[in-house]
Amino acid sequence: MAPLLELRGITKRFPGVLANDHIDLTLEKGEIHALLGENGAGKTTLMNILYGLYSQDEGDIFVNGNKVTINEPTDAIKAGIGMVHQHFMLIPVFTVTENIMLGEEYVKAGGFLDRKKAAAKITEISDKYNLNVNPDAYVRDLPVGTQQRVEIIKILFREAEILIMDEPSAVLTPQEVDELFKIMRVLVDQGKSIIFITHKLREVMECADRITVIRGGKVIGSTTPKEADTKKLATMMVGRDVQLKIKKTKSDPKETVLNVENLRVMNSQQHLAVDDISFNVRAGEVLGIAGVQGNGQTELVRALTGLLPPTEGKIEILGQDTPQEKPRFITELGSAHIPEDRQKDGLILAFPVADNLILNTYFHEPFSKGITLQFDEIANSGNALVEKFDIRTPSVNTPVSNLSGGNQQKVIVAREFSRPIKLLIASQPTRGLDVGSIEYIHKRLMAKREEGCAILLVSTELDEIIQLSDRIAVMYRGKILDILDAQDATKEVLGLLMAGIKPSDEMKSQAKHEEQIILT
Amino acid sequence: MENQKQTQNKPSGIAVFFDELSKSSGMVTFLAILTGILIAGLLVALTTVEVYDAFSISFWSGIKEALRTAWNTYSSLFIGAFGDPKKIAAAFQGGDGLEIRRAINPFFESLVQTTPFIFGGLSVALGFRVGLFNIGAEGQLFIGAMTSVYAGYAITGLPAYIHIPLALLAGAAGGAAWGFVPGYLKAKTGAHEVIITIMMNYIAFKLSDFMLRGPMKDPNEYTPKTPWIQESAQLTRLFPDTIRFHIGFFIALGVAYFVYWLLFKTTWGFELRTVGSNPNGARYAGINTTKATVVAMSLAGSLAGLAGANEVLGLNYRLVPSFTSGYGFDSIALALLGKNHPLGVVLSALLFGFLRNGSRQMQLKSGVPIDIVSILQALILTFIAAPAIIRSIYRLKKPDHEEETIKVGSWGGN
Ligand SMILES: Nc1ncnc2c1ncn2[C@@H]1O[C@H](COP(=O)(O)OP(=O)(O)OP(=O)(O)O)[C@@H](O)[C@H]1O
Ligand SMILES: [Mg+2]
Repeated sequence: MAPLLELRGITKRFPGVLANDHIDLTLEKGEIHALLGENGAGKTTLMNILYGLYSQDEGDIFVNGNKVTINEPTDAIKAGIGMVHQHFMLIPVFTVTENIMLGEEYVKAGGFLDRKKAAAKITEISDKYNLNVNPDAYVRDLPVGTQQRVEIIKILFREAEILIMDEPSAVLTPQEVDELFKIMRVLVDQGKSIIFITHKLREVMECADRITVIRGGKVIGSTTPKEADTKKLATMMVGRDVQLKIKKTKSDPKETVLNVENLRVMNSQQHLAVDDISFNVRAGEVLGIAGVQGNGQTELVRALTGLLPPTEGKIEILGQDTPQEKPRFITELGSAHIPEDRQKDGLILAFPVADNLILNTYFHEPFSKGITLQFDEIANSGNALVEKFDIRTPSVNTPVSNLSGGNQQKVIVAREFSRPIKLLIASQPTRGLDVGSIEYIHKRLMAKREEGCAILLVSTELDEIIQLSDRIAVMYRGKILDILDAQDATKEVLGLLMAGIKPSDEMKSQAKHEEQIILT
Repeated sequence: MENQKQTQNKPSGIAVFFDELSKSSGMVTFLAILTGILIAGLLVALTTVEVYDAFSISFWSGIKEALRTAWNTYSSLFIGAFGDPKKIAAAFQGGDGLEIRRAINPFFESLVQTTPFIFGGLSVALGFRVGLFNIGAEGQLFIGAMTSVYAGYAITGLPAYIHIPLALLAGAAGGAAWGFVPGYLKAKTGAHEVIITIMMNYIAFKLSDFMLRGPMKDPNEYTPKTPWIQESAQLTRLFPDTIRFHIGFFIALGVAYFVYWLLFKTTWGFELRTVGSNPNGARYAGINTTKATVVAMSLAGSLAGLAGANEVLGLNYRLVPSFTSGYGFDSIALALLGKNHPLGVVLSALLFGFLRNGSRQMQLKSGVPIDIVSILQALILTFIAAPAIIRSIYRLKKPDHEEETIKVGSWGGN
């Protein structure tokens, strides 16, 4: 029998880039097929072709053995293909029902929208696949994980048989990821099929039925979680051995670089998001901030970088008081910021790579003289950084919007690391990066620490926090519950703290003891 | 290291060229203009009585009459805009200076009509580049005309090489003040610039009415008019009598280049474009978005002010009520057509200027109302604004990236 979906010889060229090079891929009914590959390998491009957002230069698509032509997303939907985009396409001020009906409206006599009928169908879908979504809730009130489920229902509402999910786990908390995997299982058990993209090898091992690895636009090979292990997958992806764990030297902290006392910050809805926080970071150490997303980390970072004025408290950078200062003042002190939302804050998507690389240094020599920009210098420095940080782009004149997600992140990292800095505030620095790039960025972070840079690392990835930090602060509901030495921090203890429970001292040593037993 | 810079089996250069051309927006602009001309021609034929009469005789004579009407319309439009080639040739053979000037006058008159469009289009385009929707060009133009005319008649005894720049600067300053207000209000209070600039337009119209009847009225006249400006403030004309063409056109080209240089070659322009493209990113980069908003609106105002100055210093030599007919509003359309790029603005200003000038002759000669040119402009703009129509008519390829759209600040400012 013909497979549910077959891609044959799909080829896509962009100016200067062969993004997909004769890709063959099959998807069987009822399987979760993971697509793995380094940043810029061509995964998103392939999925965009399948969903009709791009058109392929060569190659054919077959559904149930029949050739289909997909020029528009509507063609894809007709062929039973749906896509959950990495950036959700929901309208916050609409209810779940209204969002789902959009473009597929049910109409009553007289031309009125039949919300009831739609809501009933949504409830039915939600129950069938355990999605647990209230059709009458407003999207703006829903956590990210639930919004993603709304996107899934939107696809199922249109009777899709094939679901494409491009890095669905990147924006989720670990708990939400677990839930998502359960839902994906239910979906395939009920006969749907899923193509799933991720950079997290652990997730692939956990939930995929089949794995296809793409590199440089070509299919490198296919395997299953049974046959492969994370190390093998990493090697297939990147084409060389990858160090998944990084060796950390003992820290030798020097003078205090960042000092925060009794800081309070309001979020945009005027709720107290950061509640009386005090801590410091010293030269040559990494302070990790762990916590479930949405416990005040975002606002803390925005306050430290001058983007959100705090209501109270003291922020000292290198002995300078900065609480009411502008971002420019703070960066000029020698502080760098890798923002959490790269597309919103960190990049000007319409600008070329070279311009993004000078986004906060353009007014300095040699990039400008007086008020005139020096394009030769800008291009030279851009080329050097592209080379050094292995940013995959046809040229430094390519708009950043044309780069793959991971390469966009590398542009930010390259920019922030290329200045002489004394303080680095890094928020989710490796989000969306492949294992090779994560290894590289972790190494650079450690090198900065060795050079005597103070680093504040905010991440929802516990592994990353534990691996890189010298001390770990856990945030919960705007407060720092505890600051632990890295050697005392186990996943169990951190997990408890992140849930708002302060473990007693015995529990800490107990947990540590157990971990040691496991390790030996 | 895998490098995607070297891709194997590249398609041939020519194939890539056509591929890119069919995706590019330049092609869409060209086809939009062509399609607009075709449809407007059809409309002319459909609204002409003779065409129906001819159809009642036979189908073919109807078609012939329709084609003839459209041809007549467009050829008189062309002659109105560029001059009659036959007459020009004859005049040059005759060698009479006045005859030659009469023959070539339409072409230069079109350039005269183009000039305020260039200034106005630059004003709107600059605003768009910074994410601001400047509906106020018309009002800024009025104020600029008023301040420059004042500098033109009230200051006496200056040589032209000082008086002309001074009067132009006065116009720019007046427009800048009119742009500054909405910029400042937007930056400080979040008031939307669209509303404020519309209101500022009304204030400008009424203020100029008041000034013309009161403080700036020429005491020797019965109707509201300002005094004549000094000869030393008049923009130099390049030909003797009948041709009104003056140095304003070249000043406009110079200013267009200046705006291009400012936007794309300087750190200030970098800041302005960053704010326009992603205000959050601009704040992250340490750019003062408040300042950028105020500066951009003031600059946009000064450009529109120059349009007004150009009219009174180059053509009218005094200010009379309602002296312009909507240059400021047409400039919005024109900036969009020119993709908010100074070069694009100059090209679309030429298109608008030649159309506007040609349309008078067209009305005179073929009896087709001037409004057909407005319809033509509207059609072109519709196709530019909705490129999907053009793409599907001509089966152009879909671009692989989102088409550049105009972002303007949301309600409530930031
Ligand atoms: N619209 C576009 N225009 C030009 N080049 C593009 C465009 N979209 C993608 N590319 C290029 O195609 C290649 C593949 O990009 P793609 O987004 O498919 O990578 P990816 O595998 O999804 O990577 P990531 O894991 O980083 O998201 C990249 O080199 C990218 O720069
Ligand atoms: Mg991708």
